[in-house]
Amino acid sequence: MNPNAYIILSAILLCIGLFGFMVRRNALIAFMSVELMLNAANLAMVTFSHVHGGLDGQIAAFFVMVVAAAEVVVGLAIIITIFRTRQSASVDDENLLKH
Amino acid sequence: MTLLETLTPVAATGSLSIAWLLIAIPLAVAGILLVVGRAGDAWGHLLGAAAPVAAFVIALVEFVELLGAPPAERAVSVPVYTWAETADRTIEISLLVDPLSILFALLVTGVGSLIFIYSIGYMVEDPKRRRFFAFLNIFLGAMLTLVLADNYIMLFIGWEGVGLASYLLIGFWQERTSAALAAKKAFLTNKVGDLGLLCASFAMFALFGSVSFADVNAAAPDMSHGWATALGLLLLLAACGKSAQVPLQVWLLDAMEGPTPVSALIHAATMVTAGVYLVVRSQAIFTLSDEAALAVAVVGLCSIFAGAWIGCAKDDIKKVLAGSTMSQIGYMMLAAGLGPAGVAFAIFHLLTHGMFKANMFLGAGAVMHGMGDDTDMRHFGALAKGMPWVFGTFAMGYLAIIGCPFFAGYYSKDHIINAAFGRGPVFGWLAIVGAAITAFYMTRLMMMTFFGPSRHLPGVHPHRPGPVMVIPLVILAIGSIIGGLVLNGWIQGWLSDAIGAEVEPVHIFETSAIAWITLLAVACGIVLGVLIYRRPIAQETPVSRNFFVNAGRNELYANAFNEAVFMRPGQRLCDGLELTDRYVVDGAVNGGVTLAKGASGLLRLLQNGYVRTYGALMTCGAVIVGAVMILGRLA
Repeated sequence: MNPNAYIILSAILLCIGLFGFMVRRNALIAFMSVELMLNAANLAMVTFSHVHGGLDGQIAAFFVMVVAAAEVVVGLAIIITIFRTRQSASVDDENLLKH
Repeated sequence: MTLLETLTPVAATGSLSIAWLLIAIPLAVAGILLVVGRAGDAWGHLLGAAAPVAAFVIALVEFVELLGAPPAERAVSVPVYTWAETADRTIEISLLVDPLSILFALLVTGVGSLIFIYSIGYMVEDPKRRRFFAFLNIFLGAMLTLVLADNYIMLFIGWEGVGLASYLLIGFWQERTSAALAAKKAFLTNKVGDLGLLCASFAMFALFGSVSFADVNAAAPDMSHGWATALGLLLLLAACGKSAQVPLQVWLLDAMEGPTPVSALIHAATMVTAGVYLVVRSQAIFTLSDEAALAVAVVGLCSIFAGAWIGCAKDDIKKVLAGSTMSQIGYMMLAAGLGPAGVAFAIFHLLTHGMFKANMFLGAGAVMHGMGDDTDMRHFGALAKGMPWVFGTFAMGYLAIIGCPFFAGYYSKDHIINAAFGRGPVFGWLAIVGAAITAFYMTRLMMMTFFGPSRHLPGVHPHRPGPVMVIPLVILAIGSIIGGLVLNGWIQGWLSDAIGAEVEPVHIFETSAIAWITLLAVACGIVLGVLIYRRPIAQETPVSRNFFVNAGRNELYANAFNEAVFMRPGQRLCDGLELTDRYVVDGAVNGGVTLAKGASGLLRLLQNGYVRTYGALMTCGAVIVGAVMILGRLA
């Protein structure tokens, strides 16, 4: 099994997530893109862990999953609250916090 | 150049070991009077007046003990306590009782006792009488510290203490603006002189490693001529400030704003003579530098004439006496600048002057008291009949100061004139002219105050002072009569070992040519004074176009000079500094703030509130960091 394929897949996933985060205005899509980037990182870590024969990368991937789960809880709650008050899920509309 | 031989202090025994009580009693009384507050109003003046009497008794006992001691053991060191102890240096607080300091202690406590007692009567209607006595006692303690110190630093502490007491007492009636200003002026002028004493002490410590009189006297001959001159001039500056000598004389006339007993005690008899004491005490330095000694003599001569000039022109009785004080201290400084031939006479004149000038100031106070606190001699006249006791005692002081034969001033002043001729004929002749002017202005004072028709203001009825004021006057008058006779043959021998004075033969009545010329000059002054002031005197000061009169009335324009040369440039300097602060310093600070504010205003625009912009920036940053790391690895 060639690890290069996994790394390339991880890079592709990261680029898709990054691209989605920067071009989509819907807060939910942007949120999904962030999750995609996290998983791309997880995939890279697991791959490197396999290459080096250690468990560090896999443990780190677990931590990322746990944190991501917590983040989803908080993030979705925020998005729903904003949607309720402003009737919009567009990230460009939520620009009150500025200079 | 002669080497000065002075006594080496020996350890104290008997009553001399309690010399510290001289200082402690007045200071303790002052503390009590200030702490008890109004509760002490009923008895404060009695306690306050008891302190100098107690100190006088102690001083008298010690004087008798010194009299009985062999001449070589008359300088006694009295250790009080060890102030600081280090590996290589121990600083002891100790007192020096020697023939010079004990004479001063006797003068200060003796004249002080009389003036304190007089003040009980003089200040009887003043609600702040207790505080007045507290301040007087602070003065007494500080003055005794000054004269009993055995080193320059302790002397300096006393020096500052009397300056403080002088400030407090000149401004005693501080509700009067003029008194408050006069107090400030005296304090500030004295500070200029104090700087001289401080610098001299520092220099002594650097040169000799000690500031005690004994060490300085012993080590002085080894120092260079330049240092001796510098030290002498610094000490002279200090003496000028404290003794109101030219050029630091301006404060003394304003100091007359204080109550009259203060003028008598501090600004005539004792504190202002501290400068003379300093010069006499530092003879070891002045004998090493003819220039410094000459400067002392010249300052003395200038002050003789400056004071006499002012005394001739002023109409305020206290200011005439103040001018006269300046002039008489000028004689003492002249004598002190004459070297070993004159120092004993400087102290002699200082003692007799202390008696007769205190006498006259207290007499002037009694006159003022009876005339409703008026000091203008143009409103007096005919008081010889109205106040016979005051007139009688004042006349004794008058005869003493002009140098009438057999009175106190006759001996002391004639000796100074004689010694001045020893230095050079110019000094001698100028001193004689000074004596003639003294006779003139004192005659003027007598004629305007006690003789002629009454020029009293309406509603003023001269009343006689009570016995508590008259008795000190009588005692001081007796001192003015016999003080010279008693001290004449004795004082030189007494002081010769302590301060290195030469002993010259003296007589009860001098018959030398100089003595006759002096008497003639004095007689001329008296006759001139009588002739001029026998004529009617206007109740208001007439306008004069005579330069000499106007200069005298304006205190020789010294105030105008100081204002033009020191005050206004100083104010301008301060104004300039203030503008620099406002525009340069504040400008730099405010400019920096404006710059930071503008720059941050621009940077702030980056925070535009769009999450996607932040994301893009973060991505860019991450890419840059990654690129740097990869390129760094490759390089």
